[in-house]
Amino acid sequence: MQNKTITQLAEGLRAKAFTSVELTQHFLNRISQHADLNAYITVTADQALQAAQLADVRIASGNAELLTGIPMAHKDIFCTRDVKTTCGSKMLDNFIAPYNATVVEKLNAAGAVNLGKLNMDEFAMGSSNETSFYGAVKNPWNKNAVAGGSSGGSAAAVAAQLAVCVTGTDTGGSIRQPAAFCGVSGIKPTYGRVSRFGMIAYASSLDQGGSMARSAQDCAILLQSMAGFDAKDSTSVDVPVPDYCVDLDKPLAGLKIGLPQEFFTADLNADMAKTLDAAIEEYKKLGADIKEISMPNLKYAIPAYYVIASAECSSNLSRYDGVRFGYRCENPADLNDLYTRSRGEAFGKEVKRRILMGTYALSAGYYDAYYLKAQQVRRLISEDFKQALNEVDVIFSPVTPTPAFNIGEKLANPIEMYLADIYTIAINLAGLPAMSIPAGFIGGLPVGLQLIGNYFDEARLLNVAHAYQQVTNWHTQTPSL
Amino acid sequence: MNTQWEAVIGLEIHTQLATKSKIFSGASTTYGAEPNTQACVISLGMPGVLPVLNEDAVHKAVIFGMAINAEIAPYSIFARKNYFYPDLPKGYQISQYELPIVGKGFLDIDVDGETKRVGVTRAHLEEDAGKSLHENFHGLSGIDLNRAGTPLLEIVSDPDMRSAKEAVAYMRKLHELVRYLEICDGNMQEGSFRCDANVSVRPKGQAEFGTRAEIKNINSFKFVEKAINHEIERQIELIENGGKVVQETRLYDSVKDETRSMRSKEEANDYRYFPDPDLLPVFISDELKAQVKALLPELPEEKKLRFKTDYQLNDESATILTSSRDLANYFEEVVNLSHCESTICANWITGELSAALNRADLDISDSPIDATRFAGLVARIADDTISGKIGKQVFEFLWNSTDSADDIIEKQGLKQITDTGAIEAIIDTILAANEKQAQQYRDGNEKMFGFFVGQVMKAMQGKGNPAEINKILKVKLS
Repeated sequence: MQNKTITQLAEGLRAKAFTSVELTQHFLNRISQHADLNAYITVTADQALQAAQLADVRIASGNAELLTGIPMAHKDIFCTRDVKTTCGSKMLDNFIAPYNATVVEKLNAAGAVNLGKLNMDEFAMGSSNETSFYGAVKNPWNKNAVAGGSSGGSAAAVAAQLAVCVTGTDTGGSIRQPAAFCGVSGIKPTYGRVSRFGMIAYASSLDQGGSMARSAQDCAILLQSMAGFDAKDSTSVDVPVPDYCVDLDKPLAGLKIGLPQEFFTADLNADMAKTLDAAIEEYKKLGADIKEISMPNLKYAIPAYYVIASAECSSNLSRYDGVRFGYRCENPADLNDLYTRSRGEAFGKEVKRRILMGTYALSAGYYDAYYLKAQQVRRLISEDFKQALNEVDVIFSPVTPTPAFNIGEKLANPIEMYLADIYTIAINLAGLPAMSIPAGFIGGLPVGLQLIGNYFDEARLLNVAHAYQQVTNWHTQTPSL
Repeated sequence: MNTQWEAVIGLEIHTQLATKSKIFSGASTTYGAEPNTQACVISLGMPGVLPVLNEDAVHKAVIFGMAINAEIAPYSIFARKNYFYPDLPKGYQISQYELPIVGKGFLDIDVDGETKRVGVTRAHLEEDAGKSLHENFHGLSGIDLNRAGTPLLEIVSDPDMRSAKEAVAYMRKLHELVRYLEICDGNMQEGSFRCDANVSVRPKGQAEFGTRAEIKNINSFKFVEKAINHEIERQIELIENGGKVVQETRLYDSVKDETRSMRSKEEANDYRYFPDPDLLPVFISDELKAQVKALLPELPEEKKLRFKTDYQLNDESATILTSSRDLANYFEEVVNLSHCESTICANWITGELSAALNRADLDISDSPIDATRFAGLVARIADDTISGKIGKQVFEFLWNSTDSADDIIEKQGLKQITDTGAIEAIIDTILAANEKQAQQYRDGNEKMFGFFVGQVMKAMQGKGNPAEINKILKVKLS
C-alpha cells in the first residue's frame, strides 16, 4: 500500500478497496516498526485515526478531495493546535500550540490525515538534522548517514514510506537538500506562495513552506492545497493558484534549460557530474534545448545568506525568553538570570552560534558593513537570476556537492557544513521556486538534480520534473529497511 | 533662572491612537479590561505569529501629519527595535526608524500673548508594550499584556522650546489638537497621552547644545512644568559647581518634586534597528492624502478665527468656546436654534453653563442641558420674557429636569412682567409707602433710585422688567 501514489490511493479509497482508517493504521504500524530512523518527534495516533474515520464518512458521502483520507505528516515547525510543536528544540519541548498554522488548517480542510510531527534541525538551522534536540534522523538508505536538513525527518519519512507525503520548509535548501540525500522529490515554492502564519520563523524573508513526496505529481497535489494568499501573512502574495496537475504531462519540446557555468566547474565531484550529465541527456531526448548561462554574483550567496538569515533569526528568536511559554530555568534569581539560563540551557550550539552572528551583524557600527551590504548583494544575485530566466525557462543544477555524509562527520566544522549549501542557497535569496528530484545513486546513496523556475512558475517546474520521472525510475526506488 | 543660561527643551509625546483594534492584530484596545484578556496570540508573541497592519492607524497618522502641515512620506517602513523586557513579548518592538510616516511639520503656540512656532521633527507609528506591575506580587512582577500592540504615534518636537512654560504650552496645544482630530482621547490618567522631556542647558549665546537628560514618567501638565524647571535648575547647579551633565534617563518623582537617575542604565542600549521583514512598506498615495485632507475637521486655529469674525466674539470668548470641538459645536447649535445674537449665547455658555459643568466635573458632552433646551433659555432672555436674573433660576430648573425653558417659566410663573399698567400700579404703591425716601431723591440723593428699584423688584418677586421699571420710576419720581 505504501508504494501507491496519492492518486492511486484516492481511487482505492473511493472504490472502497480499503478505508482511510486501514490506510492510516498501516502507516502507523510502519512508523513504529521504523522508529529507529527517528523521523518522528510526535506521533498523533489517536487524532490520526479519528481524522481517518471522518475522512471515510466524507469519502462515502462523495464530498472528498484528492487528499481526503491520505495519511501525511507535518514538519514540527508548523503549529498544530493542542499538539506538541517543538521546532526540534528543548526550548519548545513543553509547547502545546494554541492554534493551527494556516497550512495545517488548509490541509485539515482538505481532509488529509496528520500522522504526527516530523523531526528537524533545531529551529530549522542546520543541513543534516543533527542539531535536533531529539537526536539525529537516520538516512533510510544508510543508517550511518545523515538524512539532510533541516527537513530531515520529512525526507526520511517519505523515503522510508512512513507517510504518503509531508510538509517541509526551506530557507537555504532545507527541503531540497534532504530530498536529494533521501532520494525523494521536494518543492520549495516562490516566496509568498505559501502562508507563513503559524510556521515558526527562522529567517522571515527567506523561509517558505513546501511539499515532499515520492513523485513530482504527488508534490503537486500537496502543494495545491498548501498554496494561496493568506490575509494573516503580510508577505503572502495575492496571486491566484493555478492547477498544478493539469499540465504535468505537457511535452517539453522547445523548453530552454540553462546550465550556470559557475555551478559546473572542475570542482564538481566526478560521480556527481556524471550523474547530472546523464540527466541532461534525458532532457535533451525529451526535446529540451540546453544553454549555458552565467550568474557571476552567485559566489557571494553563502556569505550574504548567512548574514541575513542570522540577523533575522537573532531577532525572531528573542521571544523565547522563559516568560510566557516554553522552557524556563529553575529558580531564576532575577530577570537577567531568567533570560540567560532559560536561553542558555534550552538553545543548542548551532542556534546560539547564529543568534550571536546575527546580533553582531546588526549591531551599531557593523550594520552597514554586514546586514545592509548583504541585502545589496542579495539584490545583485536576484538580478542575475532575472537575467538568466529571461534567456531560459528553467535552470538546471546540482543540489548538493556530494551524497549524504556520515552522521557526526561535519558537526565539528560548521563552516564546512555551510559551504555545502552552495547550490541551494542563492534561490532563497532571490525568492524563486525550485525543486529537487532523484537523479541517481553514488555509493548506494541517492543524489538529486535541481530545477529552478521563474516567480510563480511552479506549474512549469512540476511539469519539467514530472517529465523526467516518466522516463526514469530513480524516484520509484525504495530503501531496504 | 540665572540669565546667563538658556534652557533647551524638546518633547517626545506618545499618543495612543483611538483605533478599535491593535496596530498589528485584531485584539481590542479598550482600556481597563481584566489583565491579559485582550492579548491574542499575536499580542503574546507566540511562535509562528505574524503582524498585519491596521489601516486605521495609518489614516490617523496621516490625519495628524496634515494637521501640522508636515510632509507625509510617500513610502515608509517599519523597523524592529530589539531589546529584552518581560512586557515586550517578541523581544522587539515594531516601530519606525529611518523612514517615518510623518516628516517635518510645526505647531504654533501662544505663551504670554506671544506666538511661537515649534517645529516637529517627525512622527512615527509603533506598537505599545504591555504593563509591568511591581506591587502586590510578593517580590515578583506582574505582566499585563492587554496594552501590548496598542497603536502609538510618537511625536518628536525639534528642540525649540526655551522654558518649561513653552513646553507646557506646546504639550497643551498638541493635546487639544489630537482630541480635535479624534485620533486620540488624550486621557493622561489612562496613559493615552505620555510625555518625555529632553532637557539641556547652555550658556546664552552658545550655538552648541549642552548634554541633555531625558525625563520620563510625567503624566500631567503640572508635573511637566515642575519636572522641567527642576531639571533645569539641577543642571545649572551641577555645571556651576564644576560638574558635567550626564546623558541619562531620569524619572520624575512628583511627591518629592525631583528627578532621579534611573538605575542600571549605564550603557546606552543598541537597539539593532533593521527593517521588519514581516511587513510591507506603507505607500501613501496622493489620492489617499486628498481623501484625508477633505475629511479633516476644521482645526482649532481656523475655528477660533471664524468665531471671532462670523460671531463677532472677543478673543477670550472665542478661545474658550473653541477649546473643545464639542463645546464649539454646542455653541453653534445654540446660536442656530435660538436665533439669538451670538454674544448672548456665548456669555451664557462661558458663564453659567461652564461654571455648572466645572462644579459637577462634567464635560460639555455630558451636559444635563442639551443644546436645544439651552437655546430655549437664551431665546427667552433675549426676547425679554424673563430677565437675566430669572434666567439663572430657570437654568437651575433646566439642569435638574428634562423640562423645556418655556415649561419651566410657565410652571414656576417666572414670566417677566412687562405690563406697564401693572408695574405702574406697584410703583405707585411703593412710592406712596415711602414718601420720605421719594423726597430725598427729588432733593438730589441719586442713590435712592436704587432703593426704589430694589423695592419694586422685591414686590414683583424679581419678575419685573428692569428697563420698564427704570423708565416708569424715572417719570414718577421726577
